[in-house]
Amino acid sequence: MHNPQLNAKGELAHLLTLEGLPREIIVNILDTAASFVGVTERDVKKVPLLRGKSVFNLFFENSTRTRTTFEIAAKRLSADVINLNITTSSTQKGETLLDTVDNLSAMHADMFVVRHAQSGAPHMIARHVGPERHVINAGDGRHAHPTQGLLDAYTIRHYKHDFGGLSVAIVGDILHSRVARSLIHVLNILGTPDVRVIGPQTLMPAGVESLGVRVCHDMREGLAGVDVVVMLRLQSERMRGPLLPSAQEFFKYYGLTPDKLAAAKPDAIVMHPGPMNRGIEIDSAVADGPRSVILPQVTFGIAVRMAVMSILGGS
Amino acid sequence: MPLPDAEALCAELVKKLRPAVTPETAMVGIHTGGAWLAERLHRELGLTVPLGRLDISFYRDDYHKSGLHKSVKASQIPFEVDGRRILLVDDVLYTGRTVRAAMNELFDYGRPESISLVVLVDRGERQLPICAQYCGATHAVPKGAMLRLHRDDRGQLALRLDNA
Repeated sequence: MHNPQLNAKGELAHLLTLEGLPREIIVNILDTAASFVGVTERDVKKVPLLRGKSVFNLFFENSTRTRTTFEIAAKRLSADVINLNITTSSTQKGETLLDTVDNLSAMHADMFVVRHAQSGAPHMIARHVGPERHVINAGDGRHAHPTQGLLDAYTIRHYKHDFGGLSVAIVGDILHSRVARSLIHVLNILGTPDVRVIGPQTLMPAGVESLGVRVCHDMREGLAGVDVVVMLRLQSERMRGPLLPSAQEFFKYYGLTPDKLAAAKPDAIVMHPGPMNRGIEIDSAVADGPRSVILPQVTFGIAVRMAVMSILGGS
Repeated sequence: MPLPDAEALCAELVKKLRPAVTPETAMVGIHTGGAWLAERLHRELGLTVPLGRLDISFYRDDYHKSGLHKSVKASQIPFEVDGRRILLVDDVLYTGRTVRAAMNELFDYGRPESISLVVLVDRGERQLPICAQYCGATHAVPKGAMLRLHRDDRGQLALRLDNA
């Protein structure tokens, strides 16, 4: 089947999901991001690649942090950035998603960064606009968050260098997590031999094993000997009905404390996509501790988004 | 006409550059051939300011036509650019577009006092008003052919003509 993210030449035209992407495209994004890290450390943190291009941030679902990192990435590539907070605008007046996109295309948008509560919305936009305009999925429903998956992979590669012998544990609310899905896909593509998901049965999607992961319900057992611990945010806002007895109960069993982290390798790193719920999924002693790479993740995230935008913009 | 001998041109360049360098002189090589040449010149001239390397992929003027190059290397400028006299080194000078991009990138690190261009070979056919201050040789090659520097396992440099 033709991958809707690739153009006729096999280049990346949209970034919608990491699932099914060729390994060399992912490695090229990570390598390019490494070069952008240097740019973001200079006095002039800008390169002229997207000069004269317009990037539209279409956030149908609120996310200040993700929107900001995309905005910074686009500005560091010299693009003009237009932020549309659609929850408070046209759709409320009855305009359809594709009409909104057509209007913005008529304003000469070159790239759309789309976050939507509905899985598949960025795909629909990408099919609609064709390969000349580029769509980046900034998180759609429970489906995918590809740039987060890439920045997680970048962070792991930065600290662990090679995926060949790694054990990675992803912990918490797997059910609602597009972050977990994108990370599992990219870890598989990069050849990670041991990926585990840890959480209560109620927050585990049915059939998750089919993604090539091992399921654990006990934290200490799941964290035993891992190189990387990825904590997920407990997404209370997405929970309908009683999936959990209480946040305190969740912390007791699945919150990452120094005591539970002791089961991992002594040089294991701790990651979190943010925003963190301290005292619910992660203890402050770990979040602020020497093994936390949560803030470097944010910095790398900008370089990774610059890499994605510059590769798409040149395709 | 046979291609000039890269090793002989290197020695020639060292001779030309020696009177011009001071302990404050900085050198920057352009990836990949220019960086190889710069490594050699930097060592032979005994320069003390650490060598800089530029990958100009983020500054190319053909990005919108050809896209971003694969395997972009990180640029490294391990010295303060402000007020510095810089020798910018490339293997082959052709259209001048690479040098234009390299100068733009350097200015994003600071305001140098001067930039002089050092090249092993000038193959002519300039499209921009750029010229080399230190040049090993001029050597015309057929349009469309690629004149490039190669480096073998022992670090020996050689020029080669590839068909594009």
